Amino acid sequence: MFATFILALREAGLPASITEYLTLLRAMKEGVAEYSVEDFYYLSRAALVKDERHLDRFDRVFGEVFKGLEPLEGDLRQALPEDWLRKLAEKLLTEEEKAAIKSAGGFEALMELLKQRLREQKGRHQGGSKWIGTAGTSPFGAYGYNPEGVRIGQDESRHRRAVKVWDKREFRDLDDSVEIGTRNMKLALRRLRRFARQGAATELDLPDTIRATANNAGTLDLKLVPERHNAVKVLLLLDIGGSMDDHVRISEELFSAARSEFKHLEHFYFHNCPYERLWRNNRRRRESEISTFEVLRTYGPDYKLIFVGDASMSPYEIVQPGGSVEHWNEEPGTVWMNRLSSHFRRSAWLNPMPEEAWDHYVSIGLIRQLMEGRMFPLTLGGIEAMTRELSR
Amino acid sequence: MAGFKSTETYIASRDLEVAVNAAVALQRPLLVKGEPGTGKTVLAHEVAKALGYPLIEWHIKSTTKAQQGLYEYDAVSRLRDGQLGDPRVHDISNYIVRGKLWDAFDADQPVVLLIDEIDKADIEFPNDLLLELDRMQFFVYETRQTVVAKHRPIVIITSNNEKELPDAFLRRCFFHYIRFPDRETMERIVHAHFPNIRQDLAREALNVFFQIRGVQELKKKPATSELLDWLKLLMIEDLPAEVLRSQDPKVAIPPLYGALLKNEQDVHLFERLAFLSRRQQR
Repeated sequence: MFATFILALREAGLPASITEYLTLLRAMKEGVAEYSVEDFYYLSRAALVKDERHLDRFDRVFGEVFKGLEPLEGDLRQALPEDWLRKLAEKLLTEEEKAAIKSAGGFEALMELLKQRLREQKGRHQGGSKWIGTAGTSPFGAYGYNPEGVRIGQDESRHRRAVKVWDKREFRDLDDSVEIGTRNMKLALRRLRRFARQGAATELDLPDTIRATANNAGTLDLKLVPERHNAVKVLLLLDIGGSMDDHVRISEELFSAARSEFKHLEHFYFHNCPYERLWRNNRRRRESEISTFEVLRTYGPDYKLIFVGDASMSPYEIVQPGGSVEHWNEEPGTVWMNRLSSHFRRSAWLNPMPEEAWDHYVSIGLIRQLMEGRMFPLTLGGIEAMTRELSR
Repeated sequence: MAGFKSTETYIASRDLEVAVNAAVALQRPLLVKGEPGTGKTVLAHEVAKALGYPLIEWHIKSTTKAQQGLYEYDAVSRLRDGQLGDPRVHDISNYIVRGKLWDAFDADQPVVLLIDEIDKADIEFPNDLLLELDRMQFFVYETRQTVVAKHRPIVIITSNNEKELPDAFLRRCFFHYIRFPDRETMERIVHAHFPNIRQDLAREALNVFFQIRGVQELKKKPATSELLDWLKLLMIEDLPAEVLRSQDPKVAIPPLYGALLKNEQDVHLFERLAFLSRRQQR
């Protein structure tokens, strides 16, 4: 009955299964929804969505299937997230405007408006599947939302968003911004070790039990110790070239220091954004190249995928075919990012850029969105948050 | 069917009602997620109350094993009894300690079983309960007996999202994410809990509360339970509503903020923001 709905959900990347579909049908038969569209929406949501991160996606598919709304352009998986819009609005609006909007209907109302406008304008202007303009304009410019002539997408010098000029990338003095140095390396290591040794399972500590039982004059006294798991497999993808090299070295050292704690630790390099080829040795790059599909085939979904990179590049390197700065890529970075993160069950992005600066780069926002928010700063706190996310 | 609805003390949104009713009708577990303090645990109490069933609570800790919910064989006390020559030692069933699930299965009427904070446990925990929750039966190896649920209990599971739950487990559940209530719902919640609260105080308190929640950088945003605690304090102190509205630089942060902001970084952050906003007003 609702087969198209389920298929549309699956197409949008929601893992709805037959079991869940049958559950929904049974619940309909039991009369839980009682012929109201709203109740049916609630019921199908409770039955089919099992992760709050998917709720928004579900809403869009539901609207599309049942209200006959025009589907959003492009891949639903890449549609605009809420906080991205929020940042956009915060950048574009002055304090007075914000106050005016607040009195008129609140920030949320503005969000709605902004979202709507982006959607409308996209349909009118482009008709393509990219939501960043194909003619080299910024998303802001392209969508014509520009109250004070703030051309955010165009002051490239400050934001390192130049196209095809990766070799001009500003070399910053990295030392003061390197969050993890030798000093706190040990602490970071400990965090990673804890990551590798998860689980609260306990096993019998035989020597201690014997000692304690002897102390108790022969009455048994069991002693337990936490069991040591050594099951974590890690696939590390490192951004190399340009400003990232120092960070890459540090993260490599970090992970290889913790190597003995992981069951497997594999690493590959990419430049700026992963495309169809990765390589294992940067010096002998040509010989050590490997197809990304090969990597996907070789390493199972149980590997934890960790990207290390500053994600600062031109947005076209992510969203455009041929956007790469060093070769012609048939498929855009988004496709490869989605492929990677949907293959591996757990993935995260470590970013050595200071977290405060993230909002200023469109590309960081894009990558963050592709990672569904799982981007963490390369700091102690970031590593801890990442390990928590990865070991969930 | 009887159905679950908002009560005088618990305001449930329509989507939550549908989710609960679906879980009750199909006798499947209901998984509830949401920010801490949005009433996940209270939901189980309210469902039990609404349906008139007893509630069995199983609170999960990081060391909890799935087996503990079924039963435990207390080998250590048996060994000790053996050493001391206690006659009970000959019957193994003396050392089978029932778990919460057994209690729920064995009850003479349907019960509501709350499995609270399932994400606290080891990652394998939900997998170990798959069959038990699906078939509502399990086997006791020591006594070779099968425990089958007399009535399928209504299982409500809460999670704080610390760990992801396995797909196979999720597939068997209904899912509901308790969204943070909007202002209107929050007013209903406040009135449900404090019918006698002064209108102006409630309004100002909600203003302050949503303002605090609007601060993005807070480590722990105050939730419904914090708001209710805070209102209770405000009512005990019997503060006039003006205090909350005051622009006096000396009262930078709301009175009795301890109920809302739970760590000192947040208090500092808030003080700093209040300071900045005052400077802008000048």
